[in-house]
Amino acid sequence: MAAQTLYDKLWHSHIVSEEADGTCLLYIDRHLVHEVTSPQAFEGLKLAGRTLWRANSVVSTPDHNTPTDHWDEGIKDPISRQQVETLDANIKEFGALVYYPFKDKHQGILHVVGPESGATLPGMTVVCGDSHTSTHGAFGALAHGIGTSEVEHVLATQCLVAKKSKAMLVRVDGQLGRGVTAKDVALAIIGKIGTAGGTGYAIEFGGSAIRGLSMEGRMTLCNMAIEAGARAGMVAVDQTTIDYVKGRPFAPNAEQWDAAVANWRTLVSDDGAVFDAVVELKAEDIEPQVTWGTSPEQVLSVNGRVPDPAAESDAVKKGSYERALQYMGLSANTPITEIPVDKVFIGSCTNSRIEDLRAAASVVKGKKKADSVKLVMIVPGSGLVKAQAEAEGLDKVFLEAGFEWREPGCSMCLAMNADRLEPGERCASTSNRNFEGRQGQGGRTHLVSPEMAAAAAIAGHFVDVRTFA
Amino acid sequence: MKAFTQLNGVVCPLDRANVDTDAIIPKQFLKSIKRSGFGPNLFDEWRYLDHGEPGMDNSTRPVNPEFVLNFPRYAGAQVLLARDNFGCGSSREHAPWAIDDYGFRVVIAPSFADIFFNNCYKNGLLPIVLPSDVVERLFKECEAQEGYRLDVDLSKQTVTTPTGESFGFEVTAHRKHCLLNGLDEIGLTLAHADDIRAFEAKHRESKPWLFV
Ligand code: SF4
Repeated sequence: MAAQTLYDKLWHSHIVSEEADGTCLLYIDRHLVHEVTSPQAFEGLKLAGRTLWRANSVVSTPDHNTPTDHWDEGIKDPISRQQVETLDANIKEFGALVYYPFKDKHQGILHVVGPESGATLPGMTVVCGDSHTSTHGAFGALAHGIGTSEVEHVLATQCLVAKKSKAMLVRVDGQLGRGVTAKDVALAIIGKIGTAGGTGYAIEFGGSAIRGLSMEGRMTLCNMAIEAGARAGMVAVDQTTIDYVKGRPFAPNAEQWDAAVANWRTLVSDDGAVFDAVVELKAEDIEPQVTWGTSPEQVLSVNGRVPDPAAESDAVKKGSYERALQYMGLSANTPITEIPVDKVFIGSCTNSRIEDLRAAASVVKGKKKADSVKLVMIVPGSGLVKAQAEAEGLDKVFLEAGFEWREPGCSMCLAMNADRLEPGERCASTSNRNFEGRQGQGGRTHLVSPEMAAAAAIAGHFVDVRTFA
Repeated sequence: MKAFTQLNGVVCPLDRANVDTDAIIPKQFLKSIKRSGFGPNLFDEWRYLDHGEPGMDNSTRPVNPEFVLNFPRYAGAQVLLARDNFGCGSSREHAPWAIDDYGFRVVIAPSFADIFFNNCYKNGLLPIVLPSDVVERLFKECEAQEGYRLDVDLSKQTVTTPTGESFGFEVTAHRKHCLLNGLDEIGLTLAHADDIRAFEAKHRESKPWLFV
């Protein structure tokens, strides 16, 4: 057989049937369900009198609407509460492998909860009504976001109607410098190929720098594949993957373990496999990144200066630069390190895992937040991450620095709950989207790594974490 | 699903690249557990001067006279003309629901984000990719000529301007069939239930750990 890419292997091993135009029915192994994109799907099932094809493929928790403080008071916003209660009722009626309701000690962001519970496994097809489902590709899985109609379709049929994408290899070779993280790699890639650069592709991230990343780092990277326009991002399986999965609650049991591992070891692109596009970056060239605009591709090294639209010849680009600068309240040529921040958010499915919190804490230890910074929120990705961080004393480090230590959830990544920016406020955020209004209407978001966010909280403005003592 | 066959409608030009689904329908409206009623909040932050929340009476809110959707000449538009990478960002199907609920049936752009593109088809909304230079021309013609309309024919796969100039567009056979006939895709898939069961049995046997 011809050499296959990892994507080829994952795709072909899940085809139920194929039409003449290449449209396939693809079998889905794992379906993650949250409260925002599922109510209309369950309602559709009810109206048609349908049931779930395989309830034990479903893993569910509310995450977008849940508050991150005063849990004893419940969910105060009645519309948010209704959405969460609707999920409670739907899971009760239709069933699931596991459901972690609001306030459960496992509750958290689905893209953190799935991997940490072992519900995400190598070789799976994983879907969720959420674009950051690409995160799970870090396990050598085919994982992507779907719309609500597709959520209903997968619930009822265990299949997705899909056509194969093209395959792109993004190869990062070399050694990442100190203070340069998976987040910086992700932003550097998006800066290079643009937010539509991966449209129509499934991206495999490879190369020695990627091999050197922890699972947390690989998840951060695959999480951001969607910001490069690719529905799916993935990393081949290696020992790091297998070690991470071992012993997790839904991982294969001892009897099945060896067969599973033998299968997982094949989940790599074969030598000589052909990609439709290849993008290469050198790890040594990547510096800590900061976005300056309202799209993740509007990104620079921390030592850069805000660009000048006048220097841009492409009219559409020039217009979007001008609009971005105006929205962001920035003037051309300002050094990134002179931009002050009002708030700092460390959290989201991109950067809220234990490793992210450890990295942030290592920058913060023994220091205090700048007086000019109004609020620094640390929002762990899940209840288990929170418990682990507390066991390691990280919460104390943050609290002593004057930061807030919150309950898990999506929080100010999209500001659907009470955590949000006020108009004009500027935020250093470890999340994934700096769109207009994303963190609150009129709010200004700069995407950075956890280390960079922590350093900005201390300094009161962006600083190069590599020289920050 | 609603069928789409042919349409002759007024065109509204939205001259911005990378319009994301957060802009199409802001997050506070995602708290709804319904599929309809999003139209009045389509492009909420651009369209109104105040901050919108669910449950507000939108008819009394101050509108932004500079936003294109509020120009009287584009009232009743059914074709949205857009720029590159339209619908990027969040997978929220509330975005096509809002566009559809407002009254648009077609979105034309040089490129779309994948998930949004796919979501449109599930809702009887037709996303059409035309080359950048053609889209550029349509923008110019539309802005120059009040009451500018396009004729969109799905079975012929053409977009035709008032002067009779036609441009072809691509659509997969499967999507075209479903959209022309307004088919329920779940019903179609369940017609393959035996295939799914057979696949599942094999899959379970070779990879039992996937079925805990
Ligand atoms: S953390 Fe943000 S990006 Fe991730 S699932 Fe939640 S809202 Fe979406």
